[in-house]
Amino acid sequence: MKKKGSIMRSIAAAPHIFWAILFIVLPLIIVVYYAFTDGDGNFSFENITSLADYAPIFTLSVELAVIATFVCLIVGYPLAYIIAKARPERQRFYIMLLMLPMWTNLLIRTYSIMAILDDGGFLNTILGTTMHIVGTKGAVIFGMVYDFLPYMVLPIYTCISKIDKNMWEAASDLGCKPVQVMTRVIFPLSMSGIISGVTMVLVPSISTFYISQKLGGGTFELIGDTIERQFVTGALNTGAAISLVMMVLIIISLTVMNRFSDSDEGGIIV
Amino acid sequence: MKYFSKIYLVLIFGILYIPILTLILFSFNSANSTALFEGFSLRWYVELFNSPDTFEALRNTLILAVLSSLIATVIGTAAAEGIYKMRSKLLKGAITSVTNVPMMNPDIVTGMSMMLFFVAVAAILGVTYEDMGFFAMLIAHVTFCLPYVILSVLPRINELGDSLSEAALDLGCTPMQAFFKVKLPNIMPGVLSGMVMAFTMSLDDFVISYFVGSSNFQTLPLLIYSMTKKKVTPDMYALSTLIVVTIFILLIISNIKSGKKVDNSKKAGARK
Repeated sequence: MKKKGSIMRSIAAAPHIFWAILFIVLPLIIVVYYAFTDGDGNFSFENITSLADYAPIFTLSVELAVIATFVCLIVGYPLAYIIAKARPERQRFYIMLLMLPMWTNLLIRTYSIMAILDDGGFLNTILGTTMHIVGTKGAVIFGMVYDFLPYMVLPIYTCISKIDKNMWEAASDLGCKPVQVMTRVIFPLSMSGIISGVTMVLVPSISTFYISQKLGGGTFELIGDTIERQFVTGALNTGAAISLVMMVLIIISLTVMNRFSDSDEGGIIV
Repeated sequence: MKYFSKIYLVLIFGILYIPILTLILFSFNSANSTALFEGFSLRWYVELFNSPDTFEALRNTLILAVLSSLIATVIGTAAAEGIYKMRSKLLKGAITSVTNVPMMNPDIVTGMSMMLFFVAVAAILGVTYEDMGFFAMLIAHVTFCLPYVILSVLPRINELGDSLSEAALDLGCTPMQAFFKVKLPNIMPGVLSGMVMAFTMSLDDFVISYFVGSSNFQTLPLLIYSMTKKKVTPDMYALSTLIVVTIFILLIISNIKSGKKVDNSKKAGARK
């Protein structure tokens, strides 16, 4: 009786399972199908082998995304730490300040940076200079950091604020200097926050196309731009092949990162 | 150290807010420029409100966000209950992994895969891609909202355990009644926060909509994208300002509400 009841109630998941198979699994299978066929539907490896041409774009995307993630971590960790150590009502205020830009559409945020940094933009007009910023790698990295910084700060903040206050005292009672408390106790304990922060910044940075379109000034192309261009020009097979490779790369790197975070809290199941 | 913290906070928040503030400033510019401020005017707001595109996009965005968050909440809550009841660890793991795919995958890949899927569907049904405009968008939005709902409901169900609904069953409830009268009210906070999250995700989505959408169903993010493709006039700034201000007000309201809740629970705790 009880067993039957539990099977009956597992049925509640049936619509979702149906939905997931139809709209998550099947589309991915279609991506694989497109990646391995040519325009007429014949089997071919051509899309995959032609990807060698895109290797420099892949490398550049990974390079910029890794730098941006690293900068986010360096800038974001102290911020998360300062917020977590503030008084509770202050904490809520700071978190709200951090959420507002995050909830503002990415297009708006990116465009507003471009309008400021552009050659004839606000910054150059105010300073009366002719700095050329948009179109450099630095501008794209700045855009990624600006857009995705809250994604790094929030999980780290959650993690640090959950650490028992007694940890600090215990560590210093046992003879840790303040720096050692930081490096030996707090930093390792906030590792799961760092890992989820890194994934949340890395994935959108690698795949972005709007940031590089606007702040790259059309001077170079990232992998997201390449996929978007295939989509616009209707070269769906190549687009699917690049998407497939990107997906595989990201799944591999997420799995590797999960190995490093031993706690399952905030871990990502892929 | 204290001074350092303060300077650091001001510096980072300053950098985060300067672009948004300049955007708001230039939305009131009387000149057609996004670099030189010449005087205060509401000209761009008037222009925005006179454009039928804005209202159509706003209407579409809201319809899409409301419908997709509702559908995702219903399917997702049921799914969370079903996943909780599952005995087989393997099946449980498989389902959660598949569910998380749209959350972990870059949006561009999800968008691409759904677009290819709908191309195939259109071919099978013998309709044009544009015919499916709204439904394709709705399905795509429900799909990427679902993991957020399940992720916010499932911990609540785990926390609640079985004892309450078993008590309800012993007292003569049918399983349906036990779920709707006992369990659902108890997991409501998780259901609601999942729904709000789904709503904002749908409202904010650009990449997936851009790939899946067709020209006859424009949403606000898509409208902003097409505005920034051309030479931008401050009317896009006016639109963005309105969006930012709306989000700001909503955030403050929800913050005040949750602040009150914290105070109340503190008081309740003190009374005990």
